[in-house]
Amino acid sequence: MRVKSHPILGEDYRSEFVDITVDGKKIKAMAGEPIAAALLAAGIKIFRNTPKTGQPRGIFCGIGRCTDCVMTVNGVPNVRTCVTPVEEGMVVETQIGHGRWGENK
Amino acid sequence: MKNTQVAIIGAGPAGLAAAIEIASAGGKVTLFDENQKPGGQLFKQIHKFFGSREHKAGTRGFRIAEKLLQDTEELGVEVLLDSPVYNVFDNFTVGYINSNKEQALQAEKIILATGASENALAFPGGTLPGVMGAGAAQTMINVNRVLPGKEIIMIGSGNVGLIVSYQLMQAGADVVALVEAASGIGGYGVHAGKIRRAGVPLYTSHTVKDVVGENCVEEAVIVELDENWQQIEGTEKHIKADTICVSVGLNPLTELARLVGCDFTFIPALGGHVPEHDKNMETTVKGFYVAGDISGVEEASSAMEEGRLAGIACAESLGLYDNQKASELKQEVWTRLDTLRKGPFGQKRKDEKDKLIKLAEGGEQIG
Amino acid sequence: MGSGIKKTGVPSREELKNIPGVPSEARLEEGPVAFIECVQEIPCNPCEEACRFDAIEVGKPITNLPKLNEEKCTGCGMCVAACPGLAIFKLHKNYTAKTSIVEFPFEYHPCPQKDDNVRCVNREGQFVVEGKVIQVKSPKKFDATVLLTVEIPREYLLEVRSIERKRCK
Repeated sequence: MRVKSHPILGEDYRSEFVDITVDGKKIKAMAGEPIAAALLAAGIKIFRNTPKTGQPRGIFCGIGRCTDCVMTVNGVPNVRTCVTPVEEGMVVETQIGHGRWGENK
Repeated sequence: MKNTQVAIIGAGPAGLAAAIEIASAGGKVTLFDENQKPGGQLFKQIHKFFGSREHKAGTRGFRIAEKLLQDTEELGVEVLLDSPVYNVFDNFTVGYINSNKEQALQAEKIILATGASENALAFPGGTLPGVMGAGAAQTMINVNRVLPGKEIIMIGSGNVGLIVSYQLMQAGADVVALVEAASGIGGYGVHAGKIRRAGVPLYTSHTVKDVVGENCVEEAVIVELDENWQQIEGTEKHIKADTICVSVGLNPLTELARLVGCDFTFIPALGGHVPEHDKNMETTVKGFYVAGDISGVEEASSAMEEGRLAGIACAESLGLYDNQKASELKQEVWTRLDTLRKGPFGQKRKDEKDKLIKLAEGGEQIG
Repeated sequence: MGSGIKKTGVPSREELKNIPGVPSEARLEEGPVAFIECVQEIPCNPCEEACRFDAIEVGKPITNLPKLNEEKCTGCGMCVAACPGLAIFKLHKNYTAKTSIVEFPFEYHPCPQKDDNVRCVNREGQFVVEGKVIQVKSPKKFDATVLLTVEIPREYLLEVRSIERKRCK
């Protein structure tokens, strides 16, 4: 959910969007925002599944340190979505385990 | 190879303040940051700061950040963004990555202003999506303007927990519980007062026992603690929530200080292992300075003052200031820093920082 | 849970009695006045700077608790907007024969408008009484901190400190 109007920061006047694809589904992202923000705004909280037990993981630290939020982006696994900005046409996939180059799963 | 007089690593409040000092003295500065934008964590601080006029009290954090950026720009400070520094090699050669390429820059002095990261807390369900650092949630709402959830439980009542609780409500979420293991509130009473007036239930002497949910957070079970911090069976409460924010302190990001061989000391009140530094913020490795949370976790106002100190000291050692001028300038900063480290919330930090300084200046050794 | 600011985030009656920022009963009778609920020594003095009448003294070190000079205070409310801790209130006890007004900072959405009826809460966030907004101040220099002035039955003067914020659901 986006915070459109805010008591301190005022209205959000940003109007430049890009389209990204998340697990085959198109979502609108705000130009320049981190992938993780676009996903949370779209209500997506599960970013990957762990290698051994397949447990779900999402964003934790938000500053690129903990690597809990890594996903496969444009075929590259282990991309830290909290510090990687979206780009038009980006293909984002839930990462299964350690992920694989060039494809998901 | 590119060169500069002072390389500063980290463009948060400490790094920016240091850069401004050095550039004002006529020095050439290169400021590195791994992020897309400078400002560190200041842009998510939308509350009015404490302190006095010279600390920019009453000004919202993000406005202070805007001013710092404006000053660095006017002074012609070179800012390299999206440029993580991965090591510092012999002779002050900074190794960094820019545009997916390894690059190097030759400096004469280096200031490490890398900040801190949030501590995690281990509890069952603590890895479920929806459990996140309070600072991460704060970035989401105030910088990215995205709400991570609607019903939020905050763990920890230090200033970060209190301020982020308030700001989550400003962004439109509900904070359904503030959980604190200690018997009292950790942060400023006035911050707690704001969220109490907004109706946030406060659970002191409580901890989170379990977080449940199929794939994401759906509910938390909190439990009361006795005076020995043990859970009291039968006092469990189930609270519906979609997000658990964890604010149980921060720890300094010290990797680079480790790599260059700085001496460290363990000081829990400052966030853990911190590089020893003297009154000039210089570490035990000559020519390497630290400023801000890397040198002990405090808050943004102190970080800026430490940045200024490191900046003035660098300028002095480069011969940009004579000793008298430098010591006058440093004294002004020390006076302001001491002001921030007073009272029931500040004195402990002051004592611990003094300990660090004593160590670096060749005082007693700890273990 | 115990009581007092450290335990609850709410200053106790005792704590409020012992701080130098709270005006006397007599002064409350006289007219609008600042009511400074600052009970912890934190490094902060914008209230002192904000007062054009030298009615608030923090001095040095700035961890001193703010001291209200109730004779000098005109009840202008500048300190209410200046306090980063949102801990200052303006009280006007004898606003009418039966009502008082309380002015406090408000930084949530949606913000009520003049003449709205609002649900007033105490320091614990509990509903106390209905009130009516008689003024909404938000000049640029307050930097988005809105001051709400709410008229309430007089007996709640020392209780009402804010209004309910709108919940998600």
